Amino acid sequence: MTIDLPEGNNTIVMHGIVKRFPGVVANDGANLTVRKGEIHALLGENGAGKTTLMNILYGIYQQDEGEIWVDGELTHIHSPNDAIQLGIGMVHQHYRLVQNHSVTENVILGLKEKFFFPTKEARKRIVALASQYGMKIDPDARIWQLSAGEQQRVEILKAIYRGAKILIMDEPTSMLTPGETEELLHILRRMTEEGNTVIFITHKLEEVIEASDRVTVLRGGKVIATLDTNTTNERELAQLMVGRDVLFKLDKQVVETGEVVLGVDDLCVTSDKGLPAVVDLSLRVCAGEIYGIAGVSGNGQRELVEAITGLRLCSQGKVTVNGVDITQKTPKTRIQHGVFFVPGERWMALIPNMSVADNLILKNYEQTPIGRGMLLDGAAVADYADGLIKQYAIVTPGRDTPIKMLSGGNIQRALLAREISGCCSLLIVVQPTSGLDVGATETIWQLLLAERERGTAILLISDDLKETLSLSDRVGVIFEGRIMGEFPVDEADIDQISLMMAGSLRLPPQPVAAAGGQA
Amino acid sequence: MKIPHIRFEKRLETPRWLPAVSLLVALLLAMLTIGIIFLALGVNPLVAFQRIFRGGFGSVFGLKETITKTIPLLLTGVGLTLAFKGRMYNIGAEGQLLMGAIFATGVARFLPGLPAIVMIPVLFLAGFVGGALWAVIPAFLKTRFRVDEVLTSLMLVYVASEAVKFLVYGPWRGTDTRGFPITDEFPAAAQIPQLAASRIHYPTLIVAVLLAILVYLLLKRTKLGYEIRVTGENPAAAHYAGMNYHKIAMLVMVISGGLAGLAGMGEVAGIHYRLRPPDSISPGYGFTAIIVAWLARLNPLAAILTSFLLGGLLVGGDAIQIALNLPAATVQIFNGVILFFVIASELFNQYRIRLEV
Amino acid sequence: MLEFILSALRAAIPAGTPLLFGTLGEVYAERSGVLNLGVEGMMIMGAVAGFGVSQTTGSVWLGILAAAVVGGLMALIHAFTSVSLRVNQVVSGLALTMLGLGVSGLIGKPFVGQPLAVRLQPINIPLLSDIPVLGILLFRFDLMVYLGMALVPVLSFVLYKTRLGVTLRSVGENPAAADAMGVNVGLVRYAAVIFGGVMAGIGGAYLSMAYAPAWIEGMTAGAGWIVIALTIFAIWDPRRALLGAYLFGGVRVLQFRLQPLGISPNLLNMLPFLLTIGVLWLSSGQAAKKRIGAPASLMSAYSREDR
Repeated sequence: MTIDLPEGNNTIVMHGIVKRFPGVVANDGANLTVRKGEIHALLGENGAGKTTLMNILYGIYQQDEGEIWVDGELTHIHSPNDAIQLGIGMVHQHYRLVQNHSVTENVILGLKEKFFFPTKEARKRIVALASQYGMKIDPDARIWQLSAGEQQRVEILKAIYRGAKILIMDEPTSMLTPGETEELLHILRRMTEEGNTVIFITHKLEEVIEASDRVTVLRGGKVIATLDTNTTNERELAQLMVGRDVLFKLDKQVVETGEVVLGVDDLCVTSDKGLPAVVDLSLRVCAGEIYGIAGVSGNGQRELVEAITGLRLCSQGKVTVNGVDITQKTPKTRIQHGVFFVPGERWMALIPNMSVADNLILKNYEQTPIGRGMLLDGAAVADYADGLIKQYAIVTPGRDTPIKMLSGGNIQRALLAREISGCCSLLIVVQPTSGLDVGATETIWQLLLAERERGTAILLISDDLKETLSLSDRVGVIFEGRIMGEFPVDEADIDQISLMMAGSLRLPPQPVAAAGGQA
Repeated sequence: MKIPHIRFEKRLETPRWLPAVSLLVALLLAMLTIGIIFLALGVNPLVAFQRIFRGGFGSVFGLKETITKTIPLLLTGVGLTLAFKGRMYNIGAEGQLLMGAIFATGVARFLPGLPAIVMIPVLFLAGFVGGALWAVIPAFLKTRFRVDEVLTSLMLVYVASEAVKFLVYGPWRGTDTRGFPITDEFPAAAQIPQLAASRIHYPTLIVAVLLAILVYLLLKRTKLGYEIRVTGENPAAAHYAGMNYHKIAMLVMVISGGLAGLAGMGEVAGIHYRLRPPDSISPGYGFTAIIVAWLARLNPLAAILTSFLLGGLLVGGDAIQIALNLPAATVQIFNGVILFFVIASELFNQYRIRLEV
Repeated sequence: MLEFILSALRAAIPAGTPLLFGTLGEVYAERSGVLNLGVEGMMIMGAVAGFGVSQTTGSVWLGILAAAVVGGLMALIHAFTSVSLRVNQVVSGLALTMLGLGVSGLIGKPFVGQPLAVRLQPINIPLLSDIPVLGILLFRFDLMVYLGMALVPVLSFVLYKTRLGVTLRSVGENPAAADAMGVNVGLVRYAAVIFGGVMAGIGGAYLSMAYAPAWIEGMTAGAGWIVIALTIFAIWDPRRALLGAYLFGGVRVLQFRLQPLGISPNLLNMLPFLLTIGVLWLSSGQAAKKRIGAPASLMSAYSREDR
């Protein structure tokens, strides 16, 4: 592709940016040009490299290779302070605000304002800036009194108060209601009318079409294309975003599915921030099938899983396992009903300082033969641990080694070993192979497939579409807490999936899968 | 201006020998530091060390006194290993100790007619209950209202201290004590027997050692012990596994408080045979027990050793008061410096340390 | 009756002054997010340093300066272990208290029983001190008392109405946010903790140099713990600290005077601690947390890597 050399109209040019982290190349020769006064969208899935690229622009990371020009000058951005000096500001996805303090106090934090009564002058400037861009804000309001949209405005004000002319926004609408999203768009338009530039990171196609002037699509650390928004459409963008090399046939046995194990009906779950995370979601998983939920992280997967495992209460709806309503039951009861869970954050389910053996008995320490009455049978624990270590080929110096000392792949193996061997009904796995090398990934996949053959119902959540499509028998695509479409994997249509993942397509709900049938 | 920021790199491997060696190094460095402090204050460190250790360990009398002091330190220390293992920072053990003393005194006072066979167990029970109840308050506030247990248990130390003073200056002041703020002597049945020619109230000592073993086994071999360890190490994992955090937090505090209460009971029923002003009953056993527990790396069996050592230090402090005319509080220097170096050594076990300025 | 009340009030103020100094300092330290349980140790070291230096040099103000420096140095150790090493703040503070109690006893030995050669003289403020009743009550204290009182509005002003105060409070509430805005969180915490130590030292010096005046081993008698309680009771606000200090100080003084009236001094002494638990409980609710309450990051060490 052609490289835009610094021209009069380009305010940002990033050329040949390479950034490596241990085990992964986050940006692989990325090129980006942003014109002054435009709203530029950065589109891509998780791990596409968009956030890393912007973190480099904002000075949080330094690139391993590549150059950055700002307003025609070659620059080196070593820290956020440097970026701010250059007129670049960033609004993060998770706000960094002091809840108890006023808007003004938050905006001026860290600045060399007047020492005495710093807020007096500042609030006037803040009000003026706000109205210049059509933002309604009360400078004396405490942050905890403000809605998410208003808090975001404070973050924006923080940036422009420091003279930012180029504003980077990371997933700006992830915490907003539709109404607040509208307001945000108005504000951004006003800003560009005044000569400012906006770059926003997103995975939502609708936003890109509605809000941006140009869009750059990233995938796998590379820039795939930069287009004028009005010359493209959602379908094309979705294809670019997801790519075509996704289908990958694993050697899957044909398994006859059994009864419905997991039933989720009209589930509504609220996130920590009080916003709806899961909305009227229904699904079924049968024995002997892998149901994969595809979607970009942060669309309600976490809250869904927590509602099913009992780590979070739902506000509405029903969860049943083998016909038993477990909606209000404690996590312990659900474990007793056969619900086992491999979380995405593995340290939520493991104790790093304790031995491999101690970790392996976390779910079944109360049952015989491991637990007898009040006691733990040390010999039984040892036998059990040794058994699992052998069966699942966990590489460890011994069963008493602290589990944190094992390699990532073996820790994951141990975790799966525990959950699979304990499980009898429903196994939920989230991001099972994240951070693992190819060999370890293979093994984990084989373990999951073996479990499927044994007749366990498996709910798979992964933001790696390749993984989901390879392992699953049926797939549901989640976006903003809703299932946008559900289909057997044989009928997977990449274009449709891409559109669903980005919120632009919704299929009518399928009839509930009947018991029995082939996968 | 740059503040030294220490960067911690988690050690990928903790060699087997590291914890033991670092503890030893910590103690040596502590002794060195204390020596320097002594020197700076005009005390000959070698003489002072010698006197302190001779005082606690160098004579039969000293050893007997050391064992006497070991009893409350061991009891409270074992309780604290349990609490700390469960991540409940029971800094107020001193208050629970005093409460145990009050309850024991109450039994002696209001049930004077009980024969020794019944009385002694009842005393033990009363001591435990007193301490346990006092620990329930911060435990309840923590589990129900998320109020930090460090501050609440600490405040309650002073409430307990004033309660003791209230009783000995007021309603429980003895009749034949010539105005001194102490209660009447306990009836003979309520006096825990001592080993001949010493102040070692051996039944309490036996109970203390047994409890150390029991708590060790509890932690290592029982389901509850496993739950306590998991909750203390990683509360998120405990929640994920369906463990009941409230139950564990409460239980751990109650037992810890109860053990401290036993220590207090032991002091009044085993040594003084009366209730006295709080400073006479406990020269800060509840706080020293924190060091007992930390030095023992939260291992109840090791606490037997560390409580003995720290008991000896306390006796040594008394010794240099007489021999070198130094204030008894001087041993607190040992406590403070040792504690510092022990925490630092723990850090060293977990992380490789890089200094960035 | 009036006499009684007035004399009680009059006694409460000097009694509360060491508490006031200590609390003002601890408020600043905790506002930055660091709990300093070493206050007792710093106060007693301040007491012995103040007494010792002024006794040997003949200067009251050198003594107070020495106390401030000693307190500050001890606080520096606490800051280092809590902020840079990120060790458990509770244990670090306790260790310092033990250390302070031990070392002060050693240092102070030669001074036991000596009457203080130079004293802080009470100042009769001209004119005002001649007002009947109020004059005796309010205007015949020594300089340190007035300094303490004067510091309250100053420290309150700095905390709420200056850039420094905004920075300090932000560090205590959300160190990650402050760090993201370029604030040097470590520096702010070091400064706040050291300030706390300096104030504790001065408070201790007042105890041995003006209030007693004498050096007695362990003479703080738990004043440091009362300061911890007071900081919470005052809900981390300097103005409420003033009220609380004189209140708690008054309770300490009153305990003997109320005895003839049948009120047990010990039950009275319990009150401050019980009240503090009450405050802790009341301010624990989620809603309350947002309006008043402990600085959100109190007791948690901050590290950029942990983000």
